[in-house]
Amino acid sequence: MTIIEAQDLRKTYRSRSGDVHALDGLSLSVPEGTVKGLLGPNGAGKTTAVKVLNTLLRPDSGTATVAGVDVLRDPEGVRRVIGASGQYAAVDEHLTGRENLEMVGRLYHLGGSTAKGRAQELLEQFDLVDAGDRPVKGFSGGMRRRIDLACALVNNPQILFLDEPTTGLDPRSRLGLWEVIKTLVGEGTTVLLTTQYLEEADYLADDISVIDHGTVIADGTADELKAQVGGHRVVVTLVDAGQSGAAREVLRRHGTDDVQADSAGRTLSVPVDGGPQTLQQVLAALGEAGVELHDAGMRRPTLDDVFLTLTGREQADDTDVDVKESA
Amino acid sequence: MSTQTAPAPAARPTAPGSGMGTWASDVWTVTWRNLIKFRRNPEMLLFAVLQPIMFVLLFSQVYAGSIQIEGGDYTNYLMAGIFGQTVLFGSTFSGFQMAQDLKEGMIDRFRTLPMHDSAVLFGRTNADLALNAISMVIMMLTGLAVGWRFTDGWVSFLGGVAILLVFSYAFSWVMTLLGIIVPTPEVINNASFMILFPLTFISNAFVQTDTLPRVLEVIANWNPISALVQAARELFGNTGDAPTPDTWPMQNPVVTVIVGSILLMVIFVPLAVNRFRQASSR
Ligand SMILES: Nc1ncnc2c1ncn2[C@@H]1O[C@H](COP(=O)(O)OP(=O)(O)OP(=O)(O)O)[C@@H](O)[C@H]1O
Ligand SMILES: [Mg+2]
Repeated sequence: MTIIEAQDLRKTYRSRSGDVHALDGLSLSVPEGTVKGLLGPNGAGKTTAVKVLNTLLRPDSGTATVAGVDVLRDPEGVRRVIGASGQYAAVDEHLTGRENLEMVGRLYHLGGSTAKGRAQELLEQFDLVDAGDRPVKGFSGGMRRRIDLACALVNNPQILFLDEPTTGLDPRSRLGLWEVIKTLVGEGTTVLLTTQYLEEADYLADDISVIDHGTVIADGTADELKAQVGGHRVVVTLVDAGQSGAAREVLRRHGTDDVQADSAGRTLSVPVDGGPQTLQQVLAALGEAGVELHDAGMRRPTLDDVFLTLTGREQADDTDVDVKESA
Repeated sequence: MSTQTAPAPAARPTAPGSGMGTWASDVWTVTWRNLIKFRRNPEMLLFAVLQPIMFVLLFSQVYAGSIQIEGGDYTNYLMAGIFGQTVLFGSTFSGFQMAQDLKEGMIDRFRTLPMHDSAVLFGRTNADLALNAISMVIMMLTGLAVGWRFTDGWVSFLGGVAILLVFSYAFSWVMTLLGIIVPTPEVINNASFMILFPLTFISNAFVQTDTLPRVLEVIANWNPISALVQAARELFGNTGDAPTPDTWPMQNPVVTVIVGSILLMVIFVPLAVNRFRQASSR
């Protein structure tokens, strides 16, 4: 059953320097009990989409329902069943972690003692018991992030919106949060999350929507998306970045699509049709061309390849991901 | 992070998000949060506590010798003026804090919760009223220490305190609306100083208006702040023999302030709530 549904959402921000179409006909649907990952370059419209669905923002047009409730007609009905954590932590600096959680519990009308108990549970779950009675002002970025996430879970929400939940977390906290999310999903929670970490989407998301310029440009499971960008890839790392021109020329001849390079130009990859024989041919050709290799191999496409292939072509320079180059 | 926490079924929100009961509880929760913030924010307390003390001492000690009040004593005359000025400036907190909350994203948290939108605003003005009341007590104690006396009895005295606080509450709604509209909290501070300083100085707060140049005297006699100060001054029995200017507000200052405060609330509470519903964080 579909529990989050968005149809043709549009939102334009007007500013002196011109209009920004943050959402340009975006549609989404998320089945109950699954995790949907939103991927996309900076400025793609991920945060705007999440804010429309969690009632923070009214779209200019389009419709959306969450748990069967119309986001525009009954925002309060939506708020009762969701938990939300934004891209930037929204907690009160002067309150302690525990007071923040208790306040949120009271505003969910849980009653004083339930709110207190729930605050304690969440402090334990998020490893914040020691810091819980200090004002958030003195928290590190990661601790702030965690207390913000804990605030989103106070009401055991049926649906959870997480905008870049693990940005700024250390690897241990990130893994910890992944486990928390897995557990919640195991208990039936539906999660919509945005992320800049493709391995996070790969690990957590049942379904991924790639967004660019305010609209969904690709949809599917991680495997389906990877299949879209082709089969295996030959990847080579050069000893000298100066030879990347020659290497790119060889790869282009053996590949089935454009050659991609990392920002330093030392690691190049191209999708290919064949198996190991193709790798041998490529290596032989590189040898003839006098290109020295540091490393070479074949691998299945990753979500990074999906991301670059789908969003690279017309990408403006407002993104920090590696730029795809056409040979 | 440990992961195994059984879901607490009781933690699902039970009460519906409407009704007076949940509204009152929301208002109280937000008020409580704002009061904690005051307590943990030394700058704020300093402003609320030290500034009034400083004003009472400075004005009473520096000007008492040079400003004459007909048939009265300047310290007595002055106090209502300082009280009026302090509650007026105290109300700007509401605007500043509102803008601050919008800037820091706290409002985004509130707005994803099934709480009453208006509770955010009432919690704001309630907390600021409490802060203003504390300022007032401290000012009065300081005043008593430098020789100020109220002379019309307790009932009248409490009436004077009440009218100052009623006005401060009503005016804090004006500032709350401004706080929602302005782009940054600093704008509130600058704008309020630009407007409120002339408003208190071109009034009867510190001098008799008949000592002012003719044009300023007319402005001062119609200035709502003059009516506020006049009301408190009369209720404290501190007018001396100073003549009451013969404009309607100055002749009927208590009615003017009460009707004025009600009007401010009738206009600005709905405006602020409505505007808040549309405002998103910055
Ligand atoms: N309040 C605003 N006023 C004007 N423009 C805005 C506003 N919020 C977002 N935008 C613009 O809308 C577009 C989409 O922004 P959004 O925050 O949704 O992107 P995003 O995909 O979340 O990006 P990021 O990965 O950087 O978080 C951007 O071009 C952004 O500049
Ligand atoms: Mg974003």
